[in-house]
This record gives sequence, structure tokens and C-alpha cells, in this order.
Amino acid sequence: MDIYRENVLDHYKNPRNFGKMGSPDAKYYDTNPLCGDEIEIQLKISGGKVTEVMFQGQGCAISQASASILTEKLIGMGLADAMKIEKEQITDWLGTELTPSRLKCALLSLMVAKAAINEFEKKG
Amino acid sequence: MNGKELVYLDSTATAQRPVQVIQAMDDYYNNYNASVHRGIYTISEEATDRYEKAREKIARFINARPQEVIFTRNATESLNLVAYAYGDANVTLSDSILSTQMEHHSNMVPWQELAKRKNAKLNYVMVNEEGFLKMDEFDGHLLKKPKIAAFTHASNVLGTINPVREMVKKAHEAGAVAVVDGAQSVPHMKVDVKELDCDFFAFSGHKMLGPTGIGVLYGKEGILDRMEPFLTGGSMIREVTLEYSKWADLPSKFEAGTPAIAEAIGLGAAVDYLNKLGMADVRTHEIGLTKYALEKLNGFGGMRIYGPKDAAQKEGVISFLQEGVHPHDAASLLDEQGIAVRAGHHCAHPLMMRYNVPATLRASVYVYNSKTDIDKLLEALKVVEAVLKK
Repeated sequence: MDIYRENVLDHYKNPRNFGKMGSPDAKYYDTNPLCGDEIEIQLKISGGKVTEVMFQGQGCAISQASASILTEKLIGMGLADAMKIEKEQITDWLGTELTPSRLKCALLSLMVAKAAINEFEKKG
Repeated sequence: MNGKELVYLDSTATAQRPVQVIQAMDDYYNNYNASVHRGIYTISEEATDRYEKAREKIARFINARPQEVIFTRNATESLNLVAYAYGDANVTLSDSILSTQMEHHSNMVPWQELAKRKNAKLNYVMVNEEGFLKMDEFDGHLLKKPKIAAFTHASNVLGTINPVREMVKKAHEAGAVAVVDGAQSVPHMKVDVKELDCDFFAFSGHKMLGPTGIGVLYGKEGILDRMEPFLTGGSMIREVTLEYSKWADLPSKFEAGTPAIAEAIGLGAAVDYLNKLGMADVRTHEIGLTKYALEKLNGFGGMRIYGPKDAAQKEGVISFLQEGVHPHDAASLLDEQGIAVRAGHHCAHPLMMRYNVPATLRASVYVYNSKTDIDKLLEALKVVEAVLKK
């Protein structure tokens, strides 16, 4: 087991798309109360696709690195495809296997992104 | 663990078991497996004898009488037994109950639920920055004449050893029944329930070298005698008709159903093992290791340590955070190096909130740990820092 691969550490130490945007079309914030991980994701959406993503948050390396990686993957992705991302895809992107207790950390950003898209679609 | 020699620093969660404990249980299952208090045949008599001898050993270990030692599943069940069987009968509307911010959830949630059932008020004694209970608050809440005062002997997060003898005395003067959570004290120091004078005392077998699934509730005989049973059914009756039932004497009254026989015998073997080591020596060994670990961690730089700074005032439990490193990341990296520490809230959410942290790392020591284990932890923490420091 070697969960802190270079890729994970790089995204943790130099998060991509980190910060806030002016007027997002959708946003969502949630936490993992047991470990204190926090993620907010903001999206710009146009023509049924994600065009821009920003995230903010704090917490463990796994939660922050997976959020950073997710933002890169989401840009240009159709909303329907984004909603179909599964946990296997996340661990694949991280390039590591996770124990059940750490999987929760990795999946927080995906849950937040999907919730943001859901809110957007509810608004119509 | 992970290809490395295991360094086990999580005995506060559960201890490793000596081979003598496993053999004692094995012996029961292989050689005299039978129900207790039932058969006339030889192996049932033998099972009963060993089961009751285990109770006697445990009673002597804490200076209680055998009929005051009730076998339960664990400290949590022991405390629930008190909350339901004593609490429901003695706490009424507008009464108060006293607990503390330092408690494990097992000595907090049962009182919250009791307060809810009875519309009673639950007050808490808060913890100060150094990790001690605010005794002026304890005194203040006692003025409200609580029916029950429930507090831990030692904190599973901070290691703080509370002045239980004095707290029990004050609780009694205020008219309260004193319930002590001894899950973290009995494994690590000499405990004498008669000297503490507490009314109830709860602990778990698996934290004191014994098996899981067995715990103890000590209660003063006079109080237990007046209480109605918690669970009812087999084993706990003297007489049953279609209309009514009469309860068995102590301790059977509180042991409904077939008990954890092998586990009780295993716990008896654990007590033998601890007696052989001597509890005074166990305590001295742990103070030495704790002092060493505190010095090393303090010297590391960028470590925040929670709880008392003096090893003599605490148990071998150290909660800490490494600056800029999330405890879960640290625990994962320590795991990769073969080191088992706890990372999390330690079943004490309110205490975590007190220090405004979601989680801490916790290293705890027991009879089998040595300074080498602490050295390995420190070496491994250097790796954690090198990998994760931004």
C-alpha cells in the first residue's frame, strides 16, 4: 500500500482550480464531519457542459487532492456524464487503492460536485 | 503489518491478548464446553466452577465481593444497565444528572437518553485548557442536588486521571449516586472500589488483556439488591409462573440468558496475568514510557499535545497533532510503516469540539510496549513530515 503517490502529493501541495469565481451557475458545500474535511465546488455551465470549475476546502491530502483532480476532469464534461462518475473512477484518477476509511475522504468532492449539478438542474 | 514489524500503540482502543488468555478460552471450548448453572453432569459443573472462579478473581482484583460483579458485554452495556435499571426508577421530572465534557460517548449518551425519557436536566462539568475537569463547576452543579453523578476515572483522549475518590465523596454529600467509568483505569492501575466508595463502576475486558464481548459492572450490594433487573428471561429467575416471576439473587439477577462463558474465563486469565505483573509495576512502566514519549514529542517541533503535561497525572495516552498535517494522513503514513495509532475523534466528539479540532492522533502504551516503540513512532513521524509538509 502506498497511497501518497507523487500525483496525489502534487495535487495536494499545488491544488488546481483552487479559489472562487465571480458568479457561478452552481455551487455546493459539504463536509465530512467525522474528519473535518470541507469542500466547496463552484461551476460555470453552458450548453449542458461544465465550462469552468473552482474549488475551495481544507482537510486531509486525499480529500484535497481528489478535489483538485476532479476539477480538471470536469472541465468540458457534459452534465450527464459528470453524474455518472463512480468511485472506481476517482481511485483510478488518484492512482491508488484506498482502505474503506479513506475512501470517504476521496469521495467528498465527487458528492459535492454532483450535488451542485443537481441544484443547477432543479433550478431549471 | 504492511510487511513491517507491528508497533502497536492503540491499546486504549483494545489491548493485544497474552497467549494465556487465548489458551484459557481454548481449553473451555475443547475440554469442558457446557452451559453454566444448568447441568448435573461433570463438564457443566466444571464450566460453572471456572466461570464463577473468574468472577471471584475479578472481584478480588478490584476489592469487591463476587455478588457485586455483574458480567456484561462491555463498559457501555454496564453503563446502560445503570441508566435503565437504576436511572429509570430513581430519576424523575425536573431532577438533574451530572456528567462531564471529558466522557467517552458511552458515559454520556446513556445519560442524555435517560434525561430525555424522564424530562430531567443533564449538566456537564467542562474541561480546562490543560485537560483537567473544572472542579469549581463540579461543585457548582452538585448544589443542584443531582440524582446521579457519572464521570470517568481516566480520559481515553487526554489521559487525565480524575480525583475520583474526592469526587465520589462530594457527590455523596450532595445526595447523588456516583457512577464511575473505569474502562481506562482498571487496565492500567490498582483500583479499589471500596476505597473509591463509588456506587457503580464499569469496565471492559478487552482493554485489560482480556477478550472482547465481556465487561463488568460493579455495584454496591445494597443498591443492586434494591434494583429491578435490566434484561429479563433465562438464568435470572428464581421462580416463573404464567402470571409472575421472582428474580434470582445477585449477581444472576442481572445476567439474563446464556453468558459469555469462554470470555469470562478468558478475562479471569487476564486478571491472573496482570496480578503476576503487579499493577503497581504496570503503572510505573507506563509512567516511564509516557514521560519518554512526551519529551520526544515536545522535542520534535511543531507538535501540539493535548492533555496534562506531567506523566504522573495521566495515563499512557497521548493525543497530539502535527502542524500542517491532517491526522488521517499521518495515520495512513504511519500504517504504511507498520505503526498502529488511532486517528479520529476517539468517541469523544464534545471533547474534540472543546479543543476545536475534528480529530487528533492518539498513541497509547501498555505492558508490552517499550521505548523502542516510541523511537520508531518518532522516526516514522519524520517521514510523515517529509512527505506531507507543504
